[in-house]
Amino acid sequence: MRTNERLHRWRLLAVTAVMALVLAACTADDGASPGDGNGDGASAGDGGGEIVMVSSQLVPTAEQELMNNEILANFEGEVEFVGLDAGPFNDQIQAQEQAGEGEISLIGGLDGEFSSFGADGLLMDLSDVAEDLADLGINETYLEFGKLGTDQQLYIPWMQATYVMAARTEALEYLPDGADVNDLTWEQLTEWGANIEAETGERRLGFPAGEDGLLHRFFQGYSYPAFTGGVNTTFTSPEAVEMWNWLADTWEYVNPASTTYGFMQEPLQSGEVWVAWDHTARLIQALETMPDEIIAFPVPSGPEGKAYMPVVAGLGVPTTSANPEGAKDLIRYLLSPETQAATLSAVSFFPVIESDLPDVGPGLQAEIDAVEAQLNAADALPAYLPVGLGDQGGAYSQVFRDVFQGVVLDGGDPATILEEQLPNLQAVFEASGAPCWPPDPESDGACQAQ
Amino acid sequence: MTARLGWAPYALLLPSVLFLALFFATPMVQAFTLAFQGPDGSFGLASIERMLGDASFRDALLTTIALVVLVIPIQFALAMSMALVINAQLKGQGMWLYVYALPLGISELAAGIVWVSIFTQSGWLNSVLMGIGILERPITWQSAETPWLLIGIVVIAEAWRATSIIMIILVAGLQSIPREFLEAADVYGATTWQKVRRVVLPMLRPSLQVALILRTILAFQVFATVIALAGSGLDVLADEAQRWATDIDNDNVAAAYAGLILILSLVSTVLFLVLLPTREEHQA
Repeated sequence: MRTNERLHRWRLLAVTAVMALVLAACTADDGASPGDGNGDGASAGDGGGEIVMVSSQLVPTAEQELMNNEILANFEGEVEFVGLDAGPFNDQIQAQEQAGEGEISLIGGLDGEFSSFGADGLLMDLSDVAEDLADLGINETYLEFGKLGTDQQLYIPWMQATYVMAARTEALEYLPDGADVNDLTWEQLTEWGANIEAETGERRLGFPAGEDGLLHRFFQGYSYPAFTGGVNTTFTSPEAVEMWNWLADTWEYVNPASTTYGFMQEPLQSGEVWVAWDHTARLIQALETMPDEIIAFPVPSGPEGKAYMPVVAGLGVPTTSANPEGAKDLIRYLLSPETQAATLSAVSFFPVIESDLPDVGPGLQAEIDAVEAQLNAADALPAYLPVGLGDQGGAYSQVFRDVFQGVVLDGGDPATILEEQLPNLQAVFEASGAPCWPPDPESDGACQAQ
Repeated sequence: MTARLGWAPYALLLPSVLFLALFFATPMVQAFTLAFQGPDGSFGLASIERMLGDASFRDALLTTIALVVLVIPIQFALAMSMALVINAQLKGQGMWLYVYALPLGISELAAGIVWVSIFTQSGWLNSVLMGIGILERPITWQSAETPWLLIGIVVIAEAWRATSIIMIILVAGLQSIPREFLEAADVYGATTWQKVRRVVLPMLRPSLQVALILRTILAFQVFATVIALAGSGLDVLADEAQRWATDIDNDNVAAAYAGLILILSLVSTVLFLVLLPTREEHQA
């Protein structure tokens, strides 16, 4: 009897101890949760000067690592760099704004994203920082973009990038007669792919059509403007139909595994793809590791010009910033010549300040040359990233992806599919109220897609 | 005896019930509420209609069902033979268990990436086949233009990854079959195949039912393997839900997709419960 009672008491004690431990573990502050930043009471380490930077750029894990290990390495202070996809990026920032406080100190985003934040009044005036940095010679155009149409400096330009083409040297012998790889047309690209297929039996063109691929930017910044001179206002135009037919024809020479490619540097390096289009940051590894076998060249031109998409990333401080002084220090650090050079070397995003570009390897130099050739071409046609779409950014790009799926992958009729998707496109503009952006003509009020 | 226990059993059950209510029932109710709301918060069928009218809905539904229908029988045949091997107590039996259970320790995405390295154009499979002369040029296994081939490689990867859990359940079931039944079958001169068909399978029914239900529910949620192997070449329901939630930022349609997966899982569970009733005497 007595032994039973003692056993019973020990068991009760053991169960209570376990329950207490479990309860303690459940309610303990989870201060070190990366990428959470949702201010639900877990406010560890904020007042002590840690700067939480959320960014829609440099999101892939490899790029975040480079940001932390190379670019931010010499900053005096603690930075938690959080890369977020478009949806969560927008949600986190809006949530902090609504709550009136939060963990985010600094925002790194695209011009188009800042225009939504600016319109909602979430950004601090950074004119003092811009003055401090006046000696660096920040690109005037981008600095003007950073005012978002007001007289306040709502974001400071951070870095820029664009999309170029890359090719393996073994593909060069199959170029069409008389074609110069640095001055092609899109039709010549198709011929090139056809020649490769005819001679080698393989489909060697490549596009990043995978889940993480940036193919939607190809439509928004390259193929649409090059063939039609516009994007949203020429969505269903006859020239657009022509462009989609061209892409469907070209796809016969594109490696069908393109639907699995997120970064074109890998298939280029492995030889699965010989000619590719992608973001400068997603081609750099191939160009740097195989400088003798892989070259970079400017994108081809279409009937309306050499359309390209400049990607301007900026730094902004939310009015609800947890550490505004720290954030401004970080901005000054990121704009300094050493850091701009480190950014170029590490992740292949180009500087926005006037400075002699550092000695770079042949791969990066090839990219720089291709980018400059695009910028300075006689028929250069910049087509900007979407501006002012807010949380509709993803839905906007999805429309283009759906047309691609319907026309190119499923073999549908372009005119029909474009008409079907037009209402979805217009819905994005109605929901966001965004006006048209270049190369489309400016609109009064929400853009009217046609 | 029961009277002496009083409220103690219910008190001990309370943490589990609270946990289930808080972390399963509440989100489920919230998800269904979301599915029946439009983006502006008003109740109605707008989001469900949006889901049904989505260009990729049909493909996602058919691909998911195709994957489930193909993967389950293959996995069960494999798991059954693996379980019989383990139960036969052969020499080195311990090693077999470890080898078969290896995939259990790998996450879905990691398994998908492993199989990508096998099926990619310059990957292991093509290299081996070209090396021994069967192929002259590499086959593009991951091409979106041959969806059945894509489904095939996903089935192979899933069969490798998820058969272990079924095998473990079947091994446990096999070990609970009383030896006397098998000995009696031997006395009556039954062949191995007859033993399996007449004694083992019927007595394994409860385990089979559990394993089938479990695996089918998980199969409807197939996601990471498809993403890794097929990229945007194949759509499945879970992938669509994720896309609507993060890329398109429309939680309502995402909830509608999630609700659809739940309904499909429920229907198949009920189906299995009806088709594989377990009889009382086997539960002794």
